[in-house]
Amino acid sequence: MMLDGLYQEIILDHYKHPHGRGLRDPFQGEAHHVNPTCGDEITVRVTQDLSDISYDGLGCSISQASASVLHELLSGRTASEAAGIHEAFVALMQGRGQVEPDEEVLGDGIAFAGVAKFPARVKCALLPWMAFKDAAARAGVDVSSSSEASEVKA
Amino acid sequence: MTFDVARVRADFPILSREINGHPLVYLDSANTSQKPRQVIDAMRVHNERHNGNVSRSVHTLGTEATSAYEDARGKIAAFVNAATPDEIVFTKNSTEAINLVAHSLGQHLSLKPGDEIVISEMEHHSNIVPWQLLCDRTGATLRWFSVSDEGRLIFEDGLINSRTKIVSLVHMSNVLGTINDVGPIVAAARSVGALVMLDCSQSVPHLPVDVRALGVDFIAFTGHKMLGPTGIGVLWGRHELLAAMPPFLAGGSMIETVTMGGTTFAAPPARFEAGTPPIAEAVGLGAAVDYLNALGMEAVHQHEQEITAYALKTLADVPGVRLFGPSTPEGRGGTLSFGVDGVHPHDVGQILDAVGVEVRVGHHCAKPTCARFGVPAMTRASFYLYTTTDEIDALVRGLDQVRKVFG
Repeated sequence: MMLDGLYQEIILDHYKHPHGRGLRDPFQGEAHHVNPTCGDEITVRVTQDLSDISYDGLGCSISQASASVLHELLSGRTASEAAGIHEAFVALMQGRGQVEPDEEVLGDGIAFAGVAKFPARVKCALLPWMAFKDAAARAGVDVSSSSEASEVKA
Repeated sequence: MTFDVARVRADFPILSREINGHPLVYLDSANTSQKPRQVIDAMRVHNERHNGNVSRSVHTLGTEATSAYEDARGKIAAFVNAATPDEIVFTKNSTEAINLVAHSLGQHLSLKPGDEIVISEMEHHSNIVPWQLLCDRTGATLRWFSVSDEGRLIFEDGLINSRTKIVSLVHMSNVLGTINDVGPIVAAARSVGALVMLDCSQSVPHLPVDVRALGVDFIAFTGHKMLGPTGIGVLWGRHELLAAMPPFLAGGSMIETVTMGGTTFAAPPARFEAGTPPIAEAVGLGAAVDYLNALGMEAVHQHEQEITAYALKTLADVPGVRLFGPSTPEGRGGTLSFGVDGVHPHDVGQILDAVGVEVRVGHHCAKPTCARFGVPAMTRASFYLYTTTDEIDALVRGLDQVRKVFG
């Protein structure tokens, strides 16, 4: 069935058992992002050294699982490592299903490869990643990747 | 004549297509309706045979186009029992119709601080934001009818009072399906000299609407939710009010005369139809009205009441489903919003789509309504004259699938 590509077990696992969920102190940067078309919301907090990335939000399985994967992939990384992973995830999401994900870089994030084939859901997957980028910028951490991704058209 | 849903369905070419390998089950007519061949053909024939600009050419095509456009106005006037076709203003959609009234009526009434506009907690954003902006411009205060747990309007004493200038209310909620009892509200508004606008986007397509029987001053509705095309909406207004109101958009067609020193304006409806209007779309909407008239709006409404009763009964037995809005078919239409325990509406909608069932998910452009029920989003199934009980059964099977994936 077509949906197998979208609702991978890994995604459902992260949705039902999210990693690192809940807003924590201390933090140096925080951002709240909303998807105006569906009303999904997320708040992401980061410490300046990226030792902790915490989050809370309301949303679908894709956006919430994506936040959990982000927490796992980026917590404790250097700014440049985080930028590389961020760039790879955004490229995967914008690849319309044509990008082959690298598990070495993206870990559980490769489960989102199928999401890229559902244009209406790409925004859901990117919501936490865009909020993270803003939160990091507010903490003085530059994780901007070369591909500008904040304006993804559904 | 009994209502023959199979015969109706045969008129809608899209209903024979498949979605993801399953027969299409289209349960999103409150969002936009599908179009019968009669409407598609009317627009095609117009463009193939009669295309010209309206109200400005002496040539044959211009004359034919003008008469087709004005014929459509006449059909729509009769459909809602307007006193004259001049009370029908073509707009882009309901949203533009409401904005038109908010601007032009707001200016005509010279609203000021202390004046009040009353709307409700069950409005679409298009019947909220224009009034918020009008209040920002004039200093008037926006007040709200609240909504009960059953999804009914709560008519509080004193909400409509001597300060009230405009009451703008949805006739049938696009989320809850509630059909509001307009009579007492019109009576209260009349007793204090306030004007009443009804957002009929969800009612005109589905039940007989008679503007004079309703006793209101303005209604707005849109073509694409009533078998017609996108790009055309309708404002009906009482003629003496339209005649007193200043223009909204300005440009060609809405003038009486223009000099370098100033401009005088045409009488309604032309005053409110600046620029080249949606001509083929008006023809398509006229054909949609013909189609609905041939079936009879009472029969359409009756069919949808039966489908709604069946759906309410069937969904009530589905584990984990919570309905928002009235739980019986009385005083409600065929729009059912619900939640599925532990599953976000986007995920519900995605899994339903995989089995060919097309529903709307999200906040339905009615965030205050969602907030009233404590949820950020809902799943909505909405019906029309082509909906069958088999399609409701397909929805329920789809919801079983949702529970399997997320159970």
